Amino acid sequence: MPHDHHDHEHDHSHEGLSPSGHPYRADNDTDLSYWQAMEIALRELLIEKGHLTAAQIHAQINAMDSRSPANGARVVARTWVDPEFKAALLADAGAASRAMGFDIGPMHLIALENTKEVHNVVVCTLCSCYPRNLLGLPPDWYKSRAYRSRTVIEPRKVLSEFGLELPEQMQVRVHDSTADMRYIVLPAQPEASLGLTEEELAAWVTRDSMIGVGLPQAPQ
Amino acid sequence: MKVRIKSHWPPGHIRTPAYLRGKIGQIERRIGLFNNPEETAYRQTGPQRELVRVRFRMADIWGARAERGEDVIEAEIYAHWLEPV
Repeated sequence: MPHDHHDHEHDHSHEGLSPSGHPYRADNDTDLSYWQAMEIALRELLIEKGHLTAAQIHAQINAMDSRSPANGARVVARTWVDPEFKAALLADAGAASRAMGFDIGPMHLIALENTKEVHNVVVCTLCSCYPRNLLGLPPDWYKSRAYRSRTVIEPRKVLSEFGLELPEQMQVRVHDSTADMRYIVLPAQPEASLGLTEEELAAWVTRDSMIGVGLPQAPQ
Repeated sequence: MKVRIKSHWPPGHIRTPAYLRGKIGQIERRIGLFNNPEETAYRQTGPQRELVRVRFRMADIWGARAERGEDVIEAEIYAHWLEPV
């Protein structure tokens, strides 16, 4: 019973298990790696020579960390209520996202529309390309060798493991993000959500539905 | 338009996936000119290359092992990797 042990020698041990039964994370007492030292050296030089300030670097980290799937959800929800916006997004997803107010930097974005006949799913077999400038950091599984290699070989089996069973007659389109473009899937609007406001609809759009491994869901 | 991905195996920073080399697909759309990562990865400068999205039938990539032959894969391929069929 990991949550019910009574063998603590003292109250502030940093080895073994926490009072709730979970292992402590080891302190990072190891030496810096080559690239960690390189990053610190480069950052300090940029500051010392007056190219950037520490505050600017921190502000950029904050900006990256503040990006989340909620941004993409707002984009998708607007396509469900505004056909003109949807047409603009399918023509140039980067420009339409910027026009909506999202700072996505120099990212080149393509929107992929799911229909009754076509289901789109995105993978990067070579590394982990992902529309970070709109959706934030990718989930860990997106970077795994299993997802990256299997999605181009057996996408239906992979999708079924995510709980998504597609009809045999529906075409699966796997998009391998090999070079300069990034992708967002536009899932079809669920019938049960018809008539809701754009803001309410955004809560239905999940991160996984924008990668193509899930469908929109009613908010819990 | 039908194209074949060149079956070349040069060393270096190549963004053409191995599983697509030698395979035949259809041009889905032309995206525009981009820096060539095979050069920029080594701080070389050269002409920009056209980037093209190519659509492949699963049956044309995996043969009889394909889950469903009429499903497709689309990928971005630099034009210097394409040859006419």
